Amino acid sequence: MHRTKVRVVEDALDANNTIAQANRSDFDREHVTVVNLMSAPGAGKTTLLERGLAGLAEEGLRVGVLEGDVAGSFDADRLAVLNIPVVQLNTDNGFGGECHLDANMVRSALPGVPLPEMDVLIVENVGNLVCPAEFRIGEDARIMVCSVTEGEDKPLKYPLMFRACELVVINKVDLLQYLDFDVDRLEANILQVNPQATVMRVSAKTGEGVDEFRTWMKALPARFFEDDDHDHDHAHGHDHGHDHDHEAAPA
Amino acid sequence: MHEFDLSSAVVTTVNKHAAGRRVQHVTLRIGRLRQVVLKTLEFYFAIVGKDTVCEGATLEIIDVPAVLRCTTCQNEWEIEIPAFICPTCGPGGVEVATGEEFMVESIEVEDEESAACTAPR
Repeated sequence: MHRTKVRVVEDALDANNTIAQANRSDFDREHVTVVNLMSAPGAGKTTLLERGLAGLAEEGLRVGVLEGDVAGSFDADRLAVLNIPVVQLNTDNGFGGECHLDANMVRSALPGVPLPEMDVLIVENVGNLVCPAEFRIGEDARIMVCSVTEGEDKPLKYPLMFRACELVVINKVDLLQYLDFDVDRLEANILQVNPQATVMRVSAKTGEGVDEFRTWMKALPARFFEDDDHDHDHAHGHDHGHDHDHEAAPA
Repeated sequence: MHEFDLSSAVVTTVNKHAAGRRVQHVTLRIGRLRQVVLKTLEFYFAIVGKDTVCEGATLEIIDVPAVLRCTTCQNEWEIEIPAFICPTCGPGGVEVATGEEFMVESIEVEDEESAACTAPR
């Protein structure tokens, strides 16, 4: 018996990325732009969706939500009033589940997601600032929500998450008057970690700044698909002008 | 906290390349920006690798510094804190040169003396 050294040189997350790529192909085929929405627990992802997605269908954007949670359907129930497709995906195995969604979990939920009925699918990830940033699910864009009750230093402590997102929504700004919180410092820290990030200040509770979020959402499909009006009069595939990087899913 | 899933990913990758042979040693290349706690990764690797060909394998980690490159002035510099801004040109075209790796670099497997190594790609 002797030892043999085997050169591997493989990203250990390749298995996840391969499945993410398969998800991406399914989304592309159905002409759906996919957003991975992440935050710490309680930052206000669901409240932002409640406010931010209400009535978007009437404004021409059909959105669906895949609701990832450790357990329960509390968030999905809250979104039910929006009259949009909401699919619950629990990571629970009985006593608390995974701390994030990975590509395979999303893949397993896809048969229940009515992709043809939507232009944008928002995947609400499990609340957590570490793991969700590492596991691609086949998304086109990543948004994170951070709230003013969390601390200005969070971008410096969780750079992986803040760097992964192109849009950072600072939520709960209605509370600023009660807090010793320097929101300018938070924004500076976000931009120090991710100079390309778009930053919005929002109160999902009062509605302040939510219009800016809605405008961003409405502009989203056009960034990933040349033709976002669903005429289906052109060849689908990888010829539709993706301007995003395919780190998880090389074309 | 993410080390459990990361160690699972390592075991999956290693098992694939081991192709049934017993693994004695695993070398990983991990960038600082991955924020991996190495002791925790080792701890979970031992648990996740149990009852697989990874059981009992030792883990070696090549620590890769976080190095940024400015696309404007082409300077490269190592960072100790997460500041992705060029000291000369400011924010803008800063890219990560190294530090985001999470690779299985190599494995050492037990071989029968006669069997030639046919390492899978």
